[in-house]
Amino acid sequence: MLGLVAAALIVVNIYTDWLQPVRDRVASFVAPLYWLTDAPGRVGEWAGEQLRTREEIEEENSRLRRQVLLLEQRSQLLASVKAENTQLKELMNSAETVDERVLVAQIIGVSPDPLEHVLVIDKGRNHGIRLGTPIMDASGLLGQVIETGPSASRVLLITDPSHALPVQVLRNSVRAVAEGTGDLYRLKLRHVANTSDVREGDLLLSSGLGGRFPAGYPVGEIMSVERDPGKAFADVEVQPRGRMNRSRFVLAVMSEREDRGGTE
Amino acid sequence: MEPNNRWFIGVTVLLALLLSVMPLPYQWLWFRPAFVALIVIFWINRMPQSLGVGFAWLVGLLEDFATGAVLGTHALALGALAYFCLLTYRRTRAFNPAQQLMWVFVLVGIHQVIGNWVHSLAGKPVPGLVFLWPALTSALLWPLVTPWLDRTAGRLQVR
Repeated sequence: MLGLVAAALIVVNIYTDWLQPVRDRVASFVAPLYWLTDAPGRVGEWAGEQLRTREEIEEENSRLRRQVLLLEQRSQLLASVKAENTQLKELMNSAETVDERVLVAQIIGVSPDPLEHVLVIDKGRNHGIRLGTPIMDASGLLGQVIETGPSASRVLLITDPSHALPVQVLRNSVRAVAEGTGDLYRLKLRHVANTSDVREGDLLLSSGLGGRFPAGYPVGEIMSVERDPGKAFADVEVQPRGRMNRSRFVLAVMSEREDRGGTE
Repeated sequence: MEPNNRWFIGVTVLLALLLSVMPLPYQWLWFRPAFVALIVIFWINRMPQSLGVGFAWLVGLLEDFATGAVLGTHALALGALAYFCLLTYRRTRAFNPAQQLMWVFVLVGIHQVIGNWVHSLAGKPVPGLVFLWPALTSALLWPLVTPWLDRTAGRLQVR
């Protein structure tokens, strides 16, 4: 009897999304579990912070100051470029650009299932995170939110085998779809014609097609291109830029525009 | 009514849940023992009169919520496991440690097979035989954990 109920639950869960409200409700009780298991790591980090020598901190301080200077200079440059860009876009009457707001979140857990690449982060609906919110780290895209609780959410990484995202080569704007492989350090490009111009070392950006991810964020770098005349498409392997396995803090990109589906 | 210290069961289940969502390096994920399955096997073999398939099913549902698996996966797997335990507990009590270890391997193996089946139903890529690793690590963990659990449960007179 209970076996039947469990089987029914499984079927309902796989083929419909009726159980999503239940999961969302329970998510708030589950988050503390992840938070607890993460506690030793946080204590270790805190101890590491407290037990540093003065010289180390001074050195780090001066290093960070130099970095801030560099970044400030660059952001000044960026501001003028941005202004110029909007001006040009206005001249060309093209669609307005969207300003994006960024929220810093901390990773508090990883999915225990080795077959799926899912993270748990400590920000949720209360902080403005929605289904599909793109998540990135300092070096590239990481994934998107697939479940939100009030104060925690689950993030599907772009390396998960069930994930695919539209990308574009920076060099020549060739479009493709990057699929997860289940390997944390590898993506694959689907349906790239043997004759298309992609090369090893090309940088891939998100193209913004599909409307889930904002355009222009770095996704990965092409590792190898294998063209087999016997096959219809080339085998293209991509190394993701985001550090799937090592980031601790991630950025949630919240776009001001509410719906971005449809005609894009 | 005498105190029966049932809270200890809850504590062990909670501990097992915590251990089963504890972050591990990616390479080690396959070797994580099925802690919750071990705890369920232990309690059902210790108190077959009062704990049964329903208990295992509920614990399984909790694990589904905690791990974010397809709802019902662990409920089904642990329910089946509890059923086998109830059928066989009279015999398995007479097993020597080596036999017990192998029996746990078989039970957790069944648990893993059911989990793997639901995975493939959900359209996830099916791995090779690696999904049986937890059965091995769980079996090896069994003789290390059960004496302690047995002693504590005996001292607290959990009934």
